[in-house]
Amino acid sequence: MNSFEYHRPGSVTDAAAAISGADDGKFLAGGQTLLAVMKLGLAAPSDLVDLGGIADLKGIQVKGGAVTIGAMTTHAEVNSSADVQGAIPALASLASVIGDRQVRNSGTLGGSLANNDPAADYPAAILALGATITTDKRQIAADDFIVGLFETALEEGEMITSVSFPQPSKAAYKKFKQPASRFALVGVFVAQTPDGVRVAVTGASSHAHRAEVLEEALGNDFSPSALDSVTIPADGLNSDIHASAEYRANLVKVMAIRAVEACG
Amino acid sequence: MPTISMTVNGNAVSADVDVRTLLVHFIRDNIGLTGTHVGCDTSQCGACVVHVGGKSVKSCTMLAVQAEGADVATIEGLASGDEMHPMQAAFKEHHGLQCGFCTPGMVMSAIDLVNNNPGADEATIREQLDGNICRCTGYHNIVKAIQDGASRMGG
Ligand SMILES: Cc1cc2nc3c(=O)[nH]c(=O)nc-3n(C[C@H](O)[C@H](O)[C@H](O)COP(=O)(O)OP(=O)(O)OC[C@H]3O[C@@H](n4cnc5c(N)ncnc54)[C@H](O)[C@@H]3O)c2cc1C
Ligand code: FES
Ligand code: FES
Repeated sequence: MNSFEYHRPGSVTDAAAAISGADDGKFLAGGQTLLAVMKLGLAAPSDLVDLGGIADLKGIQVKGGAVTIGAMTTHAEVNSSADVQGAIPALASLASVIGDRQVRNSGTLGGSLANNDPAADYPAAILALGATITTDKRQIAADDFIVGLFETALEEGEMITSVSFPQPSKAAYKKFKQPASRFALVGVFVAQTPDGVRVAVTGASSHAHRAEVLEEALGNDFSPSALDSVTIPADGLNSDIHASAEYRANLVKVMAIRAVEACG
Repeated sequence: MPTISMTVNGNAVSADVDVRTLLVHFIRDNIGLTGTHVGCDTSQCGACVVHVGGKSVKSCTMLAVQAEGADVATIEGLASGDEMHPMQAAFKEHHGLQCGFCTPGMVMSAIDLVNNNPGADEATIREQLDGNICRCTGYHNIVKAIQDGASRMGG
């Protein structure tokens, strides 16, 4: 690991000042991805701005039909929050299938979204629930936030401060784990929202995406059997040692059916 | 070099270290507590699990500076004098270890597991132990030990 200047600001304003004063600074959240890539020499930031000391970035609030979660809230905290369990149980349960207990005790919502791993779980949740990402500069709709492979709408030095998830009438997330890494081989998040049925898929391609074919079928008839005749094309899906594109395409359908079943 | 201070097993400790120092190396090399192991160095195996602020974390994937001012617990802090912690006693009684390399991390994870899932059944224990790898035992006796450890802990 290359050396760096370490900062531990106590406020969002101080953190923004620290990052803009740095040559090539990075925010440090739970470190579950960033420290690993720094160990491998794949990242060598000049400065680390640790967000761990900023109380404003933590916590969960339910208000106005939405659950708003601070960027530094850990996966374990989202999972065990009675507020999240009450308002959006699918989100609480998604947080419980990320990595292992130790990863969930450290890894954060903001870190996971900023990193935007193609097989991460939260990207599917923000797309299916139509969440809004708040940064220190602006608000970004989930559909605009996820841009590409490990790529988001965040600009250099822009910090996620919180994420607001509108409460769906029904929702469920089903994940087929890659058993060694525990990331999603395929994960499907299905939600009935005021804007209609939204379905998001993670793990299958270069980044999480909405699945229009599934949304259309479920929009007409929100039942598992509505998906019987749907075929997911394998074009553009990932193919690797863990699963072929065809296998992933079939898993998208199977996980979507299970998610609709779980919506009850 | 920053001076890093924290509480480890109830004792205030402090050392001047390179800012890149991982918590596991701070504990092993600076504090001299070598019960916490490094198996993989890539957050896979759980040999390095300690508690920070009462929660289990992989100390190979945390900088020592991130634990500045924190309350840290390692395997060495569990026993009271000659009396083992109930989870340690259960691992001993049920042969929940062979070479012992994974054991400190297993025990630290097991205690966090029981604190968060009092009365956990076998399936829950197996599932919640997925951050800890053991190359020797086949897990069977580890799971038995944790079930018994949980009831000894009053869970
Ligand atoms: C063994 C293991 C298993 C895992 N399994 C899964 C899994 O099954 N599913 C899953 O989804 N994830 C999984 N993860 C990833 C984990 O969930 C973490 O959430 C993820 O690594 C990033 O979160 P972090 O808080 O650790 O961020 P960090 O590693 O600290 O940061 C990641 C990136 O985000 C940037 N960043 C952090 N916070 C902010 C912010 N507030 N604003 C802007 N940028 C920011 C950092 O600069 C960095 O570039 C796994 C990780 C490990 C080690
Ligand atoms: S050494 Fe930390 S998880 Fe393996
Ligand atoms: S006892 Fe040898 S690795 Fe677990």
